[in-house]
Amino acid sequence: MLRKLHSYLGLAASILVVLLAISGAVLAINPALDRAQAKVSGTDQISVADVAANIAHLYPNVEQLQRKASGSLIVYYSNADQAGADLVDPFTGEKIAPYSLSPFKRWVQNFHRSFLLDTPGRAAGGIGALLMVILSISGLFMLRTRQGGWRKIFRPMPGSIKQDLHGHFSRFAVLGLILSACTGGYMSASRFELIPVYQQVDPAFPETVNGGKPAAVDGLPALQTIALTDLRELVYPYPGDSLDVYSLRTDQGVGFIDQASGELLSYQMVGTAQKIYEFIYMLHTGEGLWWLALLVGLASLSVPLLAFTGLQIFMKRRRSMIRIKNNATANSAEIVILVGSETNSTWGFAKTLHDALSLSGYRVHSNSMNNIASTYPKAKKMFILTSTYGDGDAPASAKLFMNKIKRFTNHSNFQFCVLGFGDRKFDSYGQFALDVNNVLLDKGWNPLSSVDIIDTQSTQAFNRWGTVVGSLMGLDLDLIYRPPRISTQLLQLVDRVDYGAEVNAPTAVLRFIPAEQKSGRFFNKLRRKPRLPQFSAGDLVGILPTESDNARFYSLASASKNRQLEICVHQHPQGICSNYLYNLQLGDCIKGFIRENPTFRPQREQSSILLIGAGTGIAPLIGFIRNNHTRQPMRLYWGGRDPNSDFLYRAELEQYLQDKRLTELVTAFSRTEERCYIQDKLLADAPKIQALISEGAQILVCGGRPMSKCVSAAITEVISPLQITLEDLKAQGRYLEDVY
Amino acid sequence: MNRLIMLIFFVSSLIFAASSQARTVNFNTELTNYGGSGAYLVLYLTDANGQYQDTLWVAGRKSKYYKHLRGWTRSAGTQVFSYDGLTGASRGQGETFTITVDVADSLIDSGYQLRMDTAVEDMRENRNDVVVPLSSEGAGKAVSGRGYVKTFTYTFN
Repeated sequence: MLRKLHSYLGLAASILVVLLAISGAVLAINPALDRAQAKVSGTDQISVADVAANIAHLYPNVEQLQRKASGSLIVYYSNADQAGADLVDPFTGEKIAPYSLSPFKRWVQNFHRSFLLDTPGRAAGGIGALLMVILSISGLFMLRTRQGGWRKIFRPMPGSIKQDLHGHFSRFAVLGLILSACTGGYMSASRFELIPVYQQVDPAFPETVNGGKPAAVDGLPALQTIALTDLRELVYPYPGDSLDVYSLRTDQGVGFIDQASGELLSYQMVGTAQKIYEFIYMLHTGEGLWWLALLVGLASLSVPLLAFTGLQIFMKRRRSMIRIKNNATANSAEIVILVGSETNSTWGFAKTLHDALSLSGYRVHSNSMNNIASTYPKAKKMFILTSTYGDGDAPASAKLFMNKIKRFTNHSNFQFCVLGFGDRKFDSYGQFALDVNNVLLDKGWNPLSSVDIIDTQSTQAFNRWGTVVGSLMGLDLDLIYRPPRISTQLLQLVDRVDYGAEVNAPTAVLRFIPAEQKSGRFFNKLRRKPRLPQFSAGDLVGILPTESDNARFYSLASASKNRQLEICVHQHPQGICSNYLYNLQLGDCIKGFIRENPTFRPQREQSSILLIGAGTGIAPLIGFIRNNHTRQPMRLYWGGRDPNSDFLYRAELEQYLQDKRLTELVTAFSRTEERCYIQDKLLADAPKIQALISEGAQILVCGGRPMSKCVSAAITEVISPLQITLEDLKAQGRYLEDVY
Repeated sequence: MNRLIMLIFFVSSLIFAASSQARTVNFNTELTNYGGSGAYLVLYLTDANGQYQDTLWVAGRKSKYYKHLRGWTRSAGTQVFSYDGLTGASRGQGETFTITVDVADSLIDSGYQLRMDTAVEDMRENRNDVVVPLSSEGAGKAVSGRGYVKTFTYTFN
């Protein structure tokens, strides 16, 4: 819901808010420029009378003094019917520069206020501010959801800045944007009198004045008591009019000064409402708050970028949307399929099921879980296909389900079946599907079959589930899910280093460069060199050994800035993909695509990093070390079989120890006399690891499932004397696993 | 005192309106390229001593800015904030415009003066930008203002 609001509103408002933001950012420079020109320090020590005395000498025909919020002092004068204005030094009254409004600034200001369209433009600007407020606040709530709570909102974000510009920039900008949008909206609303506008009525011109001989301006008692820093404006009496007065405006009030007696007349303090308006005006324009203006200006500069990246995200989601054909209505459907999906990938499976059931002659209705009807009068069966979001939460299209299901009623001979989609690597594997299943069982519904979960979108597992469910329904269901075509890149093997053949662990480090695509597309021809896609160490590369097979994923040991795509492959006797890769010759090409794995990253902010891996699990870890240019303390615990055979990256690691990219290397080998595993070394180093964790170290683990279990058990034991549990570390993003 | 004058003027103007002829006067104004946003202007009448008589026309619709038309607000008093006579939108720089007002015959050639005050946001305010006598002699003669008014001419129909 929030996402829909945010994206559709963003689409509608993009041009408006981008124009407002850019013009606002340009204006934001002015307060700092004005401030740089103004002489401010020490002006609180001099009175307006002092200043006026100097000015009276240099500008005999002064008409008006003005002190801007920046602290600049302007003198308006006229000599022989020639009007002029100068920026002057407040201490001496000497001219610094002629003063005039810059036409450029004025144009930008007009554009920002009204798009040069007067009242309709002003209204559009106000609407733009309102939309910006809604966008910022909805965006802030989305950030909260993603980061898992308000307190975590400024925690490091998963993923590199390049991969998630929208998230990173919005977090940087959101407070500034809310500030300038709210204050701008307030000003617009008060301009259009949509909110009660407090209008201070200025005091009336004094009824009686002294009328005597005018005194010298520096002899006026009222001016002697006012510090220059409080002055806003002093308008001199009209020359030769002895009944005229000085008009004075200060930060505190408004009044007149008798030009003969120097008395303050009809003085009126500025009211609270006026002060509030002026404060909001200052917050918005930054006049007199140059540093705030610069900060907010910077935040505004991110708006064009946010609009663009937001549009990219919207298009990406839109493209992955799946359209269902032959969708029966809720009232006529015999079978209902409800889908819970965050990224729309579950919809692909739902469509396969929908089509297969339709083909068997059923009237099938598919919809998102959020859109569950209050009843399905003709339905006999309900399928619920859902993924899980985050830590066991409902995915986007199922957020409302748990509430709506409470009000749902249906006839008694009605069966349901829940199928979850998840990733076994996560603790919350299919958790939401399990929760939904339990809720439906609690309602006393009849299950068609027990809940099942599909790991990592396996088409085989989905097909098997279809067979089972089909047989329960008396159908021959052959569910063939075709994953959407992924655009792959051709990669050429340019280097390989082999290890481990002697210890029955044949392993190879493979390095690829982008190969020339034999595609006739105009755009590709234009490019001189094929380029690697964007990726960082720790991301995954999906590799398609044959056209029909599912992709297998390997952790990347390099970042795209290393100009090579590097993986470690351990040859499994029956592994289709590992054999395919292991048997590659130099010069051979493969097809691959990048899958981001932004959660598995060392955090720059942490005091030190503990990398733990075994076998080919070293791949992302060596990538982190290789790109550790800031020399952040990194320690590697790695386990292999025999140092003389499968010690991956041995020479490289020694080099990194030398140049301090790696602080410490601890190895454990299982086929030596020591017969040691990595968890043994962790336990042996317990005091050191405890100290590191107390100082805020982050742990990253990569390896096979059995190894990761041993490591987490060992770490749990190591930290048991500390006031922290493994769950705490995980919650803080300080214990990350990449397990295969 | 002021009020008494106002009252006398008000009553007398009513009498004039009922009893005397009015003439249509065209006021033609050209503004300079002063380099600012829209100007607020007021055209009003005073007697030879500068005592306020009547407001002919105001450009600019937000009465909260009228205080910057200082000569006018000073001499006419707070009644300007509820001025409901002839008004127009604020005028841009370099603009030329003509306004037409009916003026009582008795005010012409009787020593009355036309005055124009002008003000622009963030710029100076010009009290008495233009001061000219309202007379048959002065009609058709262009005068230049002190501030934002480049030329000001009035003609009788």
